[in-house]
Amino acid sequence: MFSYSPLIVLFPLLGFLFLGLAGWRLRSEKLIGIIGSGSVGLSFLVAIMIFVHMLGLPVDQRKQSVELFTWISTFTGTPSSISVSVAYQLDQLSILMTLIVTGVGFLIHVYSIGYMRGDKGFWRFFTYMNLFIFAMLNLVLADNFLLMFLGWEGVGLCSYLLIGFWYDRKFDTGGYEPGKATTSDAAKKAFIVNRIGDFGFLLAMLLIFIHFGSLSFDAVFGRAAVLTPGSSIMVWITLLLFLGATGKSAQIPLFVWLPDAMAGPTPVSALIHAATMVTAGVYMVARCSVLYALAPAAMQIVAVIGALTAIIAATIGLVQNDIKKVLAYSTISQLGYMFLGMGVAAFAAGIFHVLTHAFFKALLFLGSGAVIHALHDEQNIQKMGGLRKYLPTTYWTFVVGAIAIAGIPPFSGFFSKDEILWKTFSSDYGSIPLWFLGVFGAGLTAFYMFRLVSLTFEGEGRYGHDVHPHEAPRTMTIPLIILAFLSVVGGLVGIPESLLGGNAVEHWLGPVFDPAYEKLRLTPHGVEATEYVLMILSVGVAAAGIYGARVVYIRRTELAELWRRKYASLHKLLFNKYYVDEAYDKLVVSPTVKVSDGFLWKGIDVAVIDGAVNGSARLIAMVAQNIRRVQTGIAQQYATVFVGGILVILIWLMFK
Amino acid sequence: MLSELILTITIFFPVVGVLALLFVGRENAQAIKFIGFGTTVVTFIISLYLFFEFDASTVEFQFVQRITWIEGLNISYFIGIDGMALLLILLTTFLTPLALLGTWNSIQNRLKEYTMMVLLLEVGMVGVFAALDLFLFYVFWEAMLIPMYFIIGIWGGQERVYAAVKFILFTLFGSLLMLVAILALGYYASTLPGGQFTTDLLELYGIAPRMALGLQTWMFLAFALSFAIKVPVFPLHTWLPDAHVQAPTAGSVLLAGVLLKMGTYGLLRFCLPLFPDASFKFIPLMGILAVVGIIYGALVSMVQTDLKKLVAYSSVSHLGFVVLGIFAMTEEGIQGAIIQMVNHGLSTGALFLIVGMIYDRAHTRMISDFGGAAKFMPVFAAFFMIISLSSIGLPGLNGFVGEFLILLGSFKSTFLDSYAYAAFAATGVILAAVYLLWAYQRMMLGRAREGGLYGGHTLHDINGREIVTLAAIVLFVVWIGVYPSTFLSKSGGTAKQTVQRMEDARRGVLARVAVVAPTTEAKCDGAQ
Repeated sequence: MFSYSPLIVLFPLLGFLFLGLAGWRLRSEKLIGIIGSGSVGLSFLVAIMIFVHMLGLPVDQRKQSVELFTWISTFTGTPSSISVSVAYQLDQLSILMTLIVTGVGFLIHVYSIGYMRGDKGFWRFFTYMNLFIFAMLNLVLADNFLLMFLGWEGVGLCSYLLIGFWYDRKFDTGGYEPGKATTSDAAKKAFIVNRIGDFGFLLAMLLIFIHFGSLSFDAVFGRAAVLTPGSSIMVWITLLLFLGATGKSAQIPLFVWLPDAMAGPTPVSALIHAATMVTAGVYMVARCSVLYALAPAAMQIVAVIGALTAIIAATIGLVQNDIKKVLAYSTISQLGYMFLGMGVAAFAAGIFHVLTHAFFKALLFLGSGAVIHALHDEQNIQKMGGLRKYLPTTYWTFVVGAIAIAGIPPFSGFFSKDEILWKTFSSDYGSIPLWFLGVFGAGLTAFYMFRLVSLTFEGEGRYGHDVHPHEAPRTMTIPLIILAFLSVVGGLVGIPESLLGGNAVEHWLGPVFDPAYEKLRLTPHGVEATEYVLMILSVGVAAAGIYGARVVYIRRTELAELWRRKYASLHKLLFNKYYVDEAYDKLVVSPTVKVSDGFLWKGIDVAVIDGAVNGSARLIAMVAQNIRRVQTGIAQQYATVFVGGILVILIWLMFK
Repeated sequence: MLSELILTITIFFPVVGVLALLFVGRENAQAIKFIGFGTTVVTFIISLYLFFEFDASTVEFQFVQRITWIEGLNISYFIGIDGMALLLILLTTFLTPLALLGTWNSIQNRLKEYTMMVLLLEVGMVGVFAALDLFLFYVFWEAMLIPMYFIIGIWGGQERVYAAVKFILFTLFGSLLMLVAILALGYYASTLPGGQFTTDLLELYGIAPRMALGLQTWMFLAFALSFAIKVPVFPLHTWLPDAHVQAPTAGSVLLAGVLLKMGTYGLLRFCLPLFPDASFKFIPLMGILAVVGIIYGALVSMVQTDLKKLVAYSSVSHLGFVVLGIFAMTEEGIQGAIIQMVNHGLSTGALFLIVGMIYDRAHTRMISDFGGAAKFMPVFAAFFMIISLSSIGLPGLNGFVGEFLILLGSFKSTFLDSYAYAAFAATGVILAAVYLLWAYQRMMLGRAREGGLYGGHTLHDINGREIVTLAAIVLFVVWIGVYPSTFLSKSGGTAKQTVQRMEDARRGVLARVAVVAPTTEAKCDGAQ
């Protein structure tokens, strides 16, 4: 059964190649849509078959690699020389990620058939989307770092291509040349910021190879399992990997690209910038859990960065008016929770949150897409309102998503988020301040989500009279309903023991993280009364957030305006996203361009080096001009010099 | 018999085309183009024989042919190839027809002479990579300059004469020193007991490393300066932007694609194995210059306003990687350097073709004159994207394989004494994305120009001929990216051999020290 695993990767690749080469000739959108979604659907089916097969196997046989061919090898027989294969590894973690990628991916592909209807780049869209699925599957299924890096950069490329899909549309990114920017600026920004992270990943790979003599997961983690924590090289490796993760998963300091990535079509935001690609950093840290276990200092940093990102993004999300930007900051914030989980050694809980987040965030984005669709590309929530009666399916599914992310039981987000918060509180690697940040962030999350729901769907319509909102077609609503269903029940696979659940996710992933847990020597926790108290507390905070938002944005709308004026400077700071973009521009981008242009190019290159070259040429010409004057053509002068020369030589010979 | 002659045939086959052209009237442009293109295609097909018959299991030179040339001085017509030369010869024979095909209608005046020059250039280029006699190498090296000089000087842009003279003076300055060093090397061989004057590279491989360090240093400098100018290594690069910008498209393609490789080829073929002790001494300097070149070239590239100049400066950055890989003196580093030479030839060659294609249409290369051009040239935009990604080093395409191996090689290297080289070099990965994607975005994406006019012209997408040209390159861009073993297996022997020589030399140095040490001790004992 495992030997079928390359098929999972193959179908989207074939879809990409076919659509990329022949798509422009296909007249029928239906056919393109069927090919595009079908390839992902087939992958999903194969993944399910393998998953079912794995369920029937004993725990120690659930991991297997399939090698296809040698990729990069230097062929000399020296033992230390590198040899990396294209090989796919199936285990409990990678199959889970594969199911998310292909399952949610399939739904979003189907949704896109409706959303992208009539777009002149219809075939191009599905080509890029299939390429994305292919790259993402390489990322999660790779059995070595280098192939993972291929997927890693590949998804970055697809993200670039899809953010800039409507490359001539205006889009204000802030920063460089404001007002003139198009979506392609956002795309470029995403790629370059990601590359900064990739630089970290690349260096980490080099260090891993030097230190472990291999890049394959089995070899590296196997050798890591016998090491003891505390060596500084492990701190370097894990921090450099984490730099990569902050790029891909939009954490401090590299989160600035994700809000701008909303320039892409909404299905792209749902698939790439919410459900799958941005969780790649979390997956990578989880995959390398053994390495992180060897560097507890790095785990501390991961936890702190995660918690801070969760809070900072949530505060920005409070005041944004673009429906997709609110969701984008919410994604950054939720990713922060996942990293908080990783940092406090709650690896399984972090991956569990990846799963539930994929459901409810994809749902929320697709819902926002239906809203944008209904209002003819309007994204400003201040110009929405009252859509509840026109878009009932969208409304109800959106509310389900909002409740799920807010953390109200028994919706899925509650279980995963609470698991992270509990581990943050109780784990040997967590702490109470981190837990406090997490709970505070949860309250903010509930507030901004229901601000969004209220402004979009409740109250009176604030859009123009010529707009007649209508519910989306069925290719769009059916995925919404399925995702809403999953957002409700998706958490059931991870109900903790304290609530009499089996915590299936944690047990399933156990074998993957056990080596790390052993290294970390975690103190086991039974069911404690504290856990219930904290659970009730965090639900209370979430409920308060929801209630507060409904009061402010439905019943007493004058309050919002009042507060905005009262705390004008704070509002301005948050509205302008703490001026991070502006700071990067002033401190990094502009100086680099100025120095390169004024000093390096026009200074060193043109003035100094070329100046020296041309100067010496001129000097030679000048000398030659002067020497030429000796050639007067007067025979007497020549004779004089001639005789003088002989005299000099004679004198020199005499006195030698 | 064939295997002995095949290399000579590959080198000189383009001369057949030159002779044929003599009998064609200059007004018959179509015939001239077909003879030029046909000859280079046949040359490529002939060179494929080399590729398929090459035996990767041995490190010996293959397809060797030796004919005595100047008897008294032991100079012979001595040619042969190893894996590195094989790949570079194939790169040359592959790029030359594409350079002609991609610029089919770009040359209007003196087409016949132009085609002849390109064919003669090919003879020189292939000859340089095949020569195993230093004197013969020098002859090919100089012979190749002449057609390039004319190509830039006659068919170039506005400032072509300045650029051509600058190009030839820079190169001549280096190569004259190299000639002196070649003669000195031959003379040194004759001073050894029982020795005689020789320029046979294989013999010199045994003799030259035994020179005293001081002498080696001078020889190394003479050779390395010549090659460093060619590469070009920072700060000897300023001839390059001028030459590239002024040269006609085919000239730029071959200049960047092949001629620059002769510098790095020379370093690997001559400098390292002939003067190992001196090479060790210069590792830190060359390493630093390489890394400075990577970063400096990328930053200067970023602020260019002329796309062609941008691509030209990017070569400084990319070739910096190659030099770093060479001076890492590890198998990965050298394998990476060799494959990166090929990669750079493909991707930068293609980028110059792309610049040429857009210039043919808009008659401008200024980045600011464009914007949103993808709307009018979608197929062109797709190729431009793929080639840019190759140049950026996206995994799955060719550039990544070379860059990764080079970084790994320099990280592993016991010769480069610090991780800092590789770490700083790796920032080139970020910067490459900055300058290429930024330029791409400003030209191809964003809002289209008013009325679809670029430089006063409407843009039409590339035609079948241009698609074939670029697709041929993209084929190898993907091939090397996905399955580099086809090519790495050929150059493996060269890398292994070179590293072996360097390791032996290093051990030799240690041995010599070990021998010296007891004698000094003995002296001390005696004094007491």
